[in-house]
Amino acid sequence: MRKIITPCGFHCIKVNHLGVTFGEQVVLKDVNLHIHCGSLNAVIGKNGAGKSTLIRAMLDDIPHTGEIEFKDTKDGRMQRLKIGYVPQSVNIEKNTPVSVYDLLASFESHYPVFLPKSRKVQEKIRRALRVFEAEDLIDKQVCNLSGGQLQRVLLSLAIMDEPNLLLLDEPVSGIDQNGMELFFETMDYLKKHYDLAIILISHDLDYVRRYADHVVLLDQTVVKQGSAKDVFESAEFERIFAIDKEERWIKEERSDD
Amino acid sequence: MIDWTSWLDYGFMRSALFAILIITPLFGLMGTMIVNKKMAYFSDALGHSALTGIAVGVVCGMQDTSLAMVLFAIVFALLLNKIGSANTASTDTIISVFSSCSVAVGLAILSKGGNFSKYSSILVGDVLSITNREILYLVVIFGVTIVFWLVCFNWLNAVCIHRALAKSKDIPVKVMDNMFAVLVALIVMLSIKWVGILIINALLILPAASARNLSSNMREYHLFSVIFSVFSGILGLVLSYYTNVATGPMIVIIASVIYFATYWRGRKDR
Repeated sequence: MRKIITPCGFHCIKVNHLGVTFGEQVVLKDVNLHIHCGSLNAVIGKNGAGKSTLIRAMLDDIPHTGEIEFKDTKDGRMQRLKIGYVPQSVNIEKNTPVSVYDLLASFESHYPVFLPKSRKVQEKIRRALRVFEAEDLIDKQVCNLSGGQLQRVLLSLAIMDEPNLLLLDEPVSGIDQNGMELFFETMDYLKKHYDLAIILISHDLDYVRRYADHVVLLDQTVVKQGSAKDVFESAEFERIFAIDKEERWIKEERSDD
Repeated sequence: MIDWTSWLDYGFMRSALFAILIITPLFGLMGTMIVNKKMAYFSDALGHSALTGIAVGVVCGMQDTSLAMVLFAIVFALLLNKIGSANTASTDTIISVFSSCSVAVGLAILSKGGNFSKYSSILVGDVLSITNREILYLVVIFGVTIVFWLVCFNWLNAVCIHRALAKSKDIPVKVMDNMFAVLVALIVMLSIKWVGILIINALLILPAASARNLSSNMREYHLFSVIFSVFSGILGLVLSYYTNVATGPMIVIIASVIYFATYWRGRKDR
């Protein structure tokens, strides 16, 4: 991936009137987003608010209405948007003979992974892994990686073909507090040093408050968006997370006993 | 004393050996993906659909029922894929319904008039009766598979690991799924006469399953799978000659022994 001193700030991604319907159930309607390169955008919302659906629609994995534009604001030129996607997990169960090299090479190279390793491909993979300090994992079996290790491997895979947009579905389990801290620091590093925008589906409001440049509160549509401060202090945020707060309060009271 | 090379004196044994040397590496290769994609049930259903294919051929008055079998299997495979991806009910239920239904239709048509015994050989298979022309078919499908594997395996593996991720990298997910299903259908249909409907799936699954117990990456996985497959094939053929047992079952017995031997190793490791 091309490393730069600072993001140019002239690229923007626009999601216009995006909608998703499963049968008769409306999951997302009229979602509008405007995202600049070099920014970390967090999407928050309750379970079932349509966060994962938004990602799948942006990846074109499910039928949807609306469109996604990628523009150079300097000359108004439209470009093809390259998306680097980091899923929550992969479909590799225990005992599967797939190493980190196999995983990355399958997606990024045409040189068959069942033949003796190609030095060229290996070098390319090592370079990507190095960005996330995961180089020593290259010969490990994917099913034996910890949550944090797998995430770093998947991040390496996502940036291998220099995407303009990084879409992340943050894993809910398997990463400890230290791992979370490291993850958000990595996000911060990425957005500052590479020419890309980041959209992160997050479940951890504390980290979002600290790190996100732009927060999108989702509940079928964009209920509120803006800086973390604006969104967290809004009435909409209060309404959606109110029940959560009560639960937390009950838990705290119980632990006090 | 037993002469351990005498079996090669017979032309039919040499043909059988040649056929096995072609079929078994193919099964070893395909098996790796079938096992990883959890398609064991799918390939089993395909094998069973051979009966229906023959029945369709008989009804249409075709001379060569192999062609009917292959065509039917391809349609059947694509249909299964389409319905499976629609996600309406659990895939194994759907496959089971289709499989039983097609077997029933096949049996009904072939047993009409009471002469099913004419077709019963396909249940067990007989590699000793293979002709040169049929070996040629196997050589062709061998070539096709090797090329497909070299060109498309990475993509197949990527699709198997994460569909949406593969799609985000511009990999033709549906095309890969369908091409793989068609190839499995072709290989199963072209070799089913020699292996038999009842055990063909074991040959596809066992070598790869054994290899999985020992391997930690794709290179080991493929290597072990092909070695186990070819080894069981040759040893099975030779043993079947000296013990006067049908060849297919003998091969599967050996492949099973290998599986159980590696199973403990696989447990111990993890």
